[in-house]
Amino acid sequence: MTRERIPDDASEQALDELRREAGARGAVPRDGIRPAGAPFPMPSPSAETGYYGLPVLKEPTWTWEVPIYFFVGGAAGACAALSAAARWTGADAALVRKARWIAAAGAALSPPLLISDLGRPERFLNMLRVAKIRSPMSVGAWTLVAFSTSASAAAFADLVDRRLGGSVPVRVLADAAGALSAVTGLGMATYTGVLLGATAIPAWYENAAVLPAHFAASALGSAVGLIELSGRSDRALNALGLAAAAAEIVVGASLETRRGRSLEPLKTGRAGALIRAGGVLSGPLAFGLRLFGGRSITMRRAAGLAALAGSLCTRIGWVAAGHVSARDPIPVLNAGEDRDVEGGND
Amino acid sequence: MSAEPASARVRPRITGFFTDSTLCIGCKACEVACKEWNEIPSDGFVWSGLSYDNTVSLGHSTWRHVKFVERLPVHGAGGFSSPDVSWEFSSDVCKHCEVAGCLEACPTGSIVRTEFGGVYIQPDVCNGCGYCVVSCPFGVVDRRPHDRAFKCTFCYDRQKAGMVPACAKACPTESIRFGELEVLRREAAARLVELRAGGVEDAVVYDPRDTSVGGIHAFFLVRGDPKMYNLPERPEVPTVRLRPAWRSAGAAAAAILTAAIGAFLFADGK
Repeated sequence: MTRERIPDDASEQALDELRREAGARGAVPRDGIRPAGAPFPMPSPSAETGYYGLPVLKEPTWTWEVPIYFFVGGAAGACAALSAAARWTGADAALVRKARWIAAAGAALSPPLLISDLGRPERFLNMLRVAKIRSPMSVGAWTLVAFSTSASAAAFADLVDRRLGGSVPVRVLADAAGALSAVTGLGMATYTGVLLGATAIPAWYENAAVLPAHFAASALGSAVGLIELSGRSDRALNALGLAAAAAEIVVGASLETRRGRSLEPLKTGRAGALIRAGGVLSGPLAFGLRLFGGRSITMRRAAGLAALAGSLCTRIGWVAAGHVSARDPIPVLNAGEDRDVEGGND
Repeated sequence: MSAEPASARVRPRITGFFTDSTLCIGCKACEVACKEWNEIPSDGFVWSGLSYDNTVSLGHSTWRHVKFVERLPVHGAGGFSSPDVSWEFSSDVCKHCEVAGCLEACPTGSIVRTEFGGVYIQPDVCNGCGYCVVSCPFGVVDRRPHDRAFKCTFCYDRQKAGMVPACAKACPTESIRFGELEVLRREAAARLVELRAGGVEDAVVYDPRDTSVGGIHAFFLVRGDPKMYNLPERPEVPTVRLRPAWRSAGAAAAAILTAAIGAFLFADGK
């Protein structure tokens, strides 16, 4: 107290006014005055915003190696499929060999990428402790083992065959390994889409039926690009590049036309920019370069480069979108609400 | 509490947690008991500004988490509503789902179903691949940086010794009840009737048995919409998306192979 005051009409009216305001509004906000009690949380928990808007889900704990692995493994897998298809149709042996070596290089790069992402890398062999068909991660681990073994065997047998000057058993081994690497390679190009689709993260699982095909098209585009950049300019490769780019255009268009809060991470922010950039690079740009490039090898290589860059952006973007999606509680809390109309209980 | 006789341990019961939020006083004894028994490292101290909740979420070093649902008073809600603020407390924990996303996703077989029906991560098997983290529809499992995945063990070690989990033992109001799952479910139904008869009409039991999760072994009784407690309306186990995803993968693989063979057959030549 700085001085003694004598109550008067004015002071008592002011106090009465405060009392009236407090009763009517529940609070009396003034400069320098904080509401009674704790700082009231904004937003307070509600059915609409959840628990203070905090995330329900955990963000992926994967490190940078994972999207790179999606890219490398997918491209290598598609390369193995192309080498086998070329071998079966009697295409140029040099093309078969090139595709095999690119596949083998990707097969050698993939396991270190995946292992270094583990929290306990020294336990990586535990991946082969069980085989679980219902776990895409388990299916993927086994696919990777079969793929890297067969892809490197095919390339190595090819080398031995050439050095020894045509040994039948070695060539048979090379072809058998090549066939196995084609089948498992197609697994490598697609399973990573299943891996993301079969999770609890809305932006991913809403696209469970899209992601495997999307990643497959992306892998095919980059495989074609890698083989072309290694010095090939077959018409078949250009046709496959066109097909992959066309598929990417379809995927991109379907993603852009669908709406909904759970799909927002695919269209906004850094993740959205990456996904869109990836879509443009490997879709319309690659398609246009191939279509209007005529027989220009430079244009085809530019298209291949665009497809590769697009594929990399796509994988990094989709993983980043999962992080953003996991932070938003609203789609998680309200998922399946429309389905609940008839069979609802408490 | 004395340990059960050995004969009671021969045929294990399916056990559960019934967390009755109307009895919770927000003391966080469960959080402390969990940390002390399981020897979980500290997760530091940060003022969240969200009511009395400075724990914020479950994680690799937090297996019990008391939520403080603080909001404007709910008029006419009856029961324990104060005139100033409506304040609910609820101790969150791993739900130990009947069909568990983390267990389905685990590629090493580290995550197993115990004889008590709980979901347990074998510490020496997990290699920290992190797939369980994105497969949990409740955001419970977490990977410790440069380490494996961690979550509530349902005090598997204590249960094997015939003991009550640490959190339930420490709870002073029996808000956390531990026992046989089916018995607890009946008790929860009876408690709901009792509360509603007493005027607590917004009480609900959260146990999503009509979704692909198939019910949870650690279920809750809360006041108001469970979504206020970040409990999803319809949690689904991620394996429900396997069929459309693999179908897409199969179609794409077949398309690539067909296109490649076709291209080399019909578009060959330089």
